[in-house]
Amino acid sequence: MAIEWYLVLSAMLFSIGFAGVLVRRNPVVVLLCLELMLSGGALAMLSFSRLHGDGDGQVFVLMVLVVAAAEVVVGLGLVVAMFRRRIPLDVDEMKELRG
Amino acid sequence: MNAASWGWLVLLFPLLGSIFIGLTFRRIPPKAAGLVGIAAIAAAFICGIAAVISLQGEPAESRHVADSLWTYASVGGLSIDLGIYVDPLSAFMVLVVTGVSSLIHIYSYSYMKSDAGYHRFFSYLNFFVFSMLLLVLAGNFVLLVVGWAFVGFASYALISYWYRREAATRAGMKAFVINVVGDIGLVLAAILIFRELGVIDYGAVFEKAPEVFTTTNEWTAVAICLLLLVGAFAKSAQMPFHTWLADAMEGPTPVSSLIHAATMVTAGVYLVARAHPLFELAPAAADVAAIVGLVTLLVAGTIAIVVTDLKRIIAYSTMSQIGYMFVAVGIGAYSAGMFHLMTHAFFKALLFMAAGSVIAAMANIQNIDRMKGFYKAMPFTAAMLIIGALALSGFPGTSGWFSKDEIIDFAAFRGGWYEIFAIGGYIGAFMTAIYSFRIIFRILPGPPCEEAAHLIETGHVVHGEPVNPATGEKEDIEVGYPGEDHHIAEQAMGMKIGMSVLGFLALVGGLVQIPGVTEVITHFLEPTFEDSPLAAMHPTVAEAWKGLAKGAVISVVGIAFTWWLYIGRPSVPETLRRTFSPIYTLFINKWYGDEIIDFLIVKPVKGFGRFANNWFERYAIGGLTNGTIAIVRSASGAVRDLQTGMLRGYALLMAVGTVAILLYFLIRGL
Amino acid sequence: MVEVAFFFGAIGAIGGALAVVLLRNPFYSVLALVVHLVFLAGIFLLLLSQFIAAAQIVVYAGAVMVIYVFVAAYVGGIEEPMFDSSPKLRIFGPIIAAALFIEISIAVLGSSLTALGTEGVAKVESGFGTPEAVGRLMLEDFLIAFEAASLLLLVAAVAAIVLAGRKDETTGPSATVPAGSTGPGEPG
Repeated sequence: MAIEWYLVLSAMLFSIGFAGVLVRRNPVVVLLCLELMLSGGALAMLSFSRLHGDGDGQVFVLMVLVVAAAEVVVGLGLVVAMFRRRIPLDVDEMKELRG
Repeated sequence: MNAASWGWLVLLFPLLGSIFIGLTFRRIPPKAAGLVGIAAIAAAFICGIAAVISLQGEPAESRHVADSLWTYASVGGLSIDLGIYVDPLSAFMVLVVTGVSSLIHIYSYSYMKSDAGYHRFFSYLNFFVFSMLLLVLAGNFVLLVVGWAFVGFASYALISYWYRREAATRAGMKAFVINVVGDIGLVLAAILIFRELGVIDYGAVFEKAPEVFTTTNEWTAVAICLLLLVGAFAKSAQMPFHTWLADAMEGPTPVSSLIHAATMVTAGVYLVARAHPLFELAPAAADVAAIVGLVTLLVAGTIAIVVTDLKRIIAYSTMSQIGYMFVAVGIGAYSAGMFHLMTHAFFKALLFMAAGSVIAAMANIQNIDRMKGFYKAMPFTAAMLIIGALALSGFPGTSGWFSKDEIIDFAAFRGGWYEIFAIGGYIGAFMTAIYSFRIIFRILPGPPCEEAAHLIETGHVVHGEPVNPATGEKEDIEVGYPGEDHHIAEQAMGMKIGMSVLGFLALVGGLVQIPGVTEVITHFLEPTFEDSPLAAMHPTVAEAWKGLAKGAVISVVGIAFTWWLYIGRPSVPETLRRTFSPIYTLFINKWYGDEIIDFLIVKPVKGFGRFANNWFERYAIGGLTNGTIAIVRSASGAVRDLQTGMLRGYALLMAVGTVAILLYFLIRGL
Repeated sequence: MVEVAFFFGAIGAIGGALAVVLLRNPFYSVLALVVHLVFLAGIFLLLLSQFIAAAQIVVYAGAVMVIYVFVAAYVGGIEEPMFDSSPKLRIFGPIIAAALFIEISIAVLGSSLTALGTEGVAKVESGFGTPEAVGRLMLEDFLIAFEAASLLLLVAAVAAIVLAGRKDETTGPSATVPAGSTGPGEPG
């Protein structure tokens, strides 16, 4: 399998995730779409790691996993806190930062 | 440990002392702060001795060590190391600075006893010593500038130490401003050196200079040296930058003793000696140094003869003596100049200390017209004053005799037009004898004045209302000023120790450099000046002794003349004053130095400042800022509409941006 | 064989991804993401990244997704209307995403990387992608990154507890805590 197939797949996953972030309003689903984007990035890094026969990319992906885990924990913590405070779970309703 | 490691330790102790005392302000008792300060400087002194010993262990040709802690900056071919340079010259200066400083710290420990700002004082004092050592030990011109500026700040802080006293803060600012002018000169010199030679470390600069400046008096070399001299003159209070030193006497007496007599003001002399390879490539600049030194020594001498403020007499005498040193380093008598620097540090610090003792007894009155009969009231101080005055006027056998006359001998020996310096030097020596013994004959003998009588009767000094004698301002004793219970004069142990050690050194310190016999200083400094053709020149021993004999005669005649003036015929000075009243007016007004500077510089600058404030500030700057505000306001108004608070809107914008950037690169890559 | 495996994995991964975005119930979206991750792990295996593939399954599809499931169950299956308040995002979002995909693809395929079109380095070192190789890299070359990552996880854990901790269950979003209600003895 030529390596560009993997890269195109990663671009597709990234774009789908991005579209999801733009389209969906439920914060949980937005977070899920962010995971999709991250996995697209991870796939690209693993492809390049394979291309060069160098293990550095794999370590990078592990770091992405860690960052994703941290992000999930904080993001879902926010979702739970919002739910507890009866804030509607809709990213469009969170407009306090309006300039 | 090699000399450089000891050099770092020399720097470390005063810095630690300053920081420690500064941080533990009000947490440790004042006495502890004073002891820490003394210990820090004493430790630095011991490390200085160790550095000298380790230097002496090396063969003469490799008796210099450069060491660098880390690279401070490395930009565009310029690499500045945080480095020091230890060689006999800097080690010599370290010994003088730390040695005299430790004695003055011991003196201050007692002198400042009832002062509310005791911690602050010692923290500043230690910081000053650190800065001075940094200046001395710096291994390149950039670090030299740093030390130079630090010293200027320390001087400012200490002159303005009694900061509720308006005269003191004014004097501090004046000293700082004039010193900054010097700093600018020094910075420009460093820049020029880098531009011409491409290096900034001492060793590399001095090695490369002869290759670049192949003919003598090449204009860039002269420019570099003149700029260095601007810095040196400002720091050492030489004409025309001399006016700050007399005002600096507003600071506490130990400060005058340490900074404005023994150490900081000699930095300029050190600088010229340090940069002697450059000055020898630009003899014109060296001549400028010598001529300015000569003029200063004569002018300051005349002023010292007429002023009546005890500390100011000594201050003008300091300027005059530094003039000698500049003559010395200007004409190539480097080791003689450094020797005079050392002996001057001894006897001038001693004179200031003794004067401080008298001033304390007079409840801070400094006018010598009021002082009488202190010989009976304070015999110890009187003895110290006499020793100091003897050494200052070059009485045979004292340290000043050997050092001053060595300079004059060298000038005579070089011959040609350098004879002027010898003649001027002798005239200056005569004036020195007059002004130094004028102090003695006016305040020691005779019936005791009120304060002295009080001291004799009760054994305590007068408790005067703390008032600034110069302006009549009432002193604020809350933040630091000797309060009403200030009753120490010479009785205090620390003051006695400091004075007696210095008195001893002022008497016998000259014996290390007897022509033809010991000559320790010359030999010690030889490795630093070995490449200099001028330093190799020496008057013969016979000539040197002939010069010493001449100096002795002048000194004795001068002292006798002064005795005749003030004791033998007390009416003569008054008659002289009336007969030569225009000259007297000129002298007492310090040759109108302040007024000239005021007219030439201060007034135009003030006028420009007014113009800038009234016109430039209002229209140009104001218009600019208001215009900026308007632009930013309208631009942000436009952007504000984008800040919808919609998370997904932001994401969309980000996506559009990403797509656009990618598109740009794709199109560019076609 | 590899081609078959790749397309199988790719179709699964893309299908999972599309399901995440398109399914209306968040609970189903989470499950779709699990499917996506499992298929993606298969593709990772094709790239000789065994350890990452295993970590993906165990940590990601296993542990992280469990949190998602819990949260999705906790907040309930709130179904959002398919046609929402700002329809312009509905139209623009996919268009922008498609543009992004096309651009990246052009960048990848049109770049003059010589190694593209091959499978990469023909002979990789033996042990490439094994836990041993990755562990060696991580604890030798990337030790600081490793330590920073562990610190990051710790901070995230603390932050999650602070954010989601039970403090004022009953008060509304804008209500302030009455003075004295969080006394020293009260469990936090």
